[in-house]
Amino acid sequence: MATAAAHRTARADDMAEADAARYEAVFDAAVAADERIEPRDWMPDAYRASLIRQMAQHAHSEIIGMQPEANWITRAPSLRRKAILMAKVQDEAGHGLYLYSAAETLGASREDLLDKLHTGRQKYSSIFNYPTLTWADVGAIGWLVDGAAITNQVPLCRCSYGPYARAMVRVCKEESFHQRQGYELLLALSQGTAEQHAMAQDAVDRWWWPSLMMFGPPDDESAHSAQSLAWKIKRHSNDDLRRRFVDICVPQAESLNLTLPDPHLRWNEERGHYDFGPIDWTEFWEVLKGNGPCNEQRLSQRRQAHDEGAWVREAAAAYAAKHNGATGAADGHADVAVGPSAEQAGMSGEA
Amino acid sequence: MTVTVRTGAVLALGDDALVLSHRLGEWAGHAPVLEEEVALANIALDLLGQARVLLSLAGDEDELAYLREERAFRNLQLVEQPNGDFAHTIARQLYFSTYQRLLYAQLAAGDSEFTGLAAKAVKEVAYHQDHAEQWTLRLGDGTDLSHERMRRACEALWRFTGEMFQPVEGVDVDWAGMKATWLETVGDVLRRATLEVPEGPQSGAWTAGAGRQGLHTESFGRMLAEMQHLHRSHPGASW
Repeated sequence: MATAAAHRTARADDMAEADAARYEAVFDAAVAADERIEPRDWMPDAYRASLIRQMAQHAHSEIIGMQPEANWITRAPSLRRKAILMAKVQDEAGHGLYLYSAAETLGASREDLLDKLHTGRQKYSSIFNYPTLTWADVGAIGWLVDGAAITNQVPLCRCSYGPYARAMVRVCKEESFHQRQGYELLLALSQGTAEQHAMAQDAVDRWWWPSLMMFGPPDDESAHSAQSLAWKIKRHSNDDLRRRFVDICVPQAESLNLTLPDPHLRWNEERGHYDFGPIDWTEFWEVLKGNGPCNEQRLSQRRQAHDEGAWVREAAAAYAAKHNGATGAADGHADVAVGPSAEQAGMSGEA
Repeated sequence: MTVTVRTGAVLALGDDALVLSHRLGEWAGHAPVLEEEVALANIALDLLGQARVLLSLAGDEDELAYLREERAFRNLQLVEQPNGDFAHTIARQLYFSTYQRLLYAQLAAGDSEFTGLAAKAVKEVAYHQDHAEQWTLRLGDGTDLSHERMRRACEALWRFTGEMFQPVEGVDVDWAGMKATWLETVGDVLRRATLEVPEGPQSGAWTAGAGRQGLHTESFGRMLAEMQHLHRSHPGASW
């Protein structure tokens, strides 16, 4: 076995291992120092895979999330509200675009990620599997669902992966508009006629618990949490963010003159937080498995839009090929670099 | 509501924008590609913005949008046509945005109560027209299938285009000149898209000027039923 060739292979393996260890050390130091990891930097495969999964599912949530609200565009009760809602749904499509672009910096392709969504191999937020039954649901989504999303996403503005963090800065600015608009919509209903007030209360009653579930499973049942926290993809645990959200919502519900559907909700002087009742995790896992009220409908509408649009995308690609010599859309993947960048190396004191 | 020449003119322009905006809003969540979700919503929002300014010139925008019945709407029959497939939506956009661009360019250059609105809107509709033109080219000169769908769409909607050039009293533009320029512009786009200019009549006996007189096609009533239902269910409520 001790041929020269085998010897060279062994040496190359040793060197590759040594390189990997060195790269990993540089990466770990960058994360520890709160540096941003950029697309051309070396990163552990699992970090890359975890980010692609999270960003893709975030992007999917934006585009599936258009459906429950778009359900009310054609029935919005005033032109002002209709304009606000249309702008919001448009923003969500834009957020989807930012997030797919950010995921593509990691070597994924939008087409492939969409395929994973359409075939159920990647998920989207459980919240969008609930139906919008009245106009007030549009307000409840703005106030509670966007509120929960912001609570989740503001810490992501400091996420260790640069493109994701920067996408979040832009997304959060727009989301906070949506959240205020939702609150204002509910306020108008709450201060309106008795029927409008009842409509607002009913919507909050139906959206409260699903909104709390948006923060994900409890910390001791969250598969990805520990690693994501170590890599500084996540900055706070699910339960921490959920507590923070409840603390924000309770006084807002009071000023809306609406109640939250939880008999256990009360201020805990000792902890400095609100205590709240148990979440129905059976429902959460069922919805996540595809058995929620609208899972089937949401996915089939998405697939239908995609399938029925295939001839349009093919036409655009054929036209581009004829006229620009181009091959069509979405075939350029980001370069995936294998070594640490100069910046990372410099940061860790290497030449 | 008394419909004077002035309100008649305001409603004609305002209802066109309102109704087409609504139709485009129906696309949300159904577009063939994410970029088109953004683009179609963007155009719908521009049109809704125009509608709100125009309707406010005639009265309360919400009363006018939500409490008039079908026979009181003055929009063109073209803009109320159902979305159909993407080619139908694009053909409708091509026909209408080319018209609106020519109309607003003249109004922006003139001196009427529409001047200010037209000066702002002409920039928006230039974008809409460019969008429609680019898609007409891609679909017409794309694949055999897209060519066929675009051809069918252009033909199906052709008979609604004559109505655009029926003079609206109180809108002071050169209607005949506009029609000639429109035919030239649209004809040029269609030829570049390897499509033919449809040959049928631009307006049959039934469609001539009918939308402007409150005579609409059947799908319009259903569209209004959906649009107005919630508002009408809560009389006097504010939102």
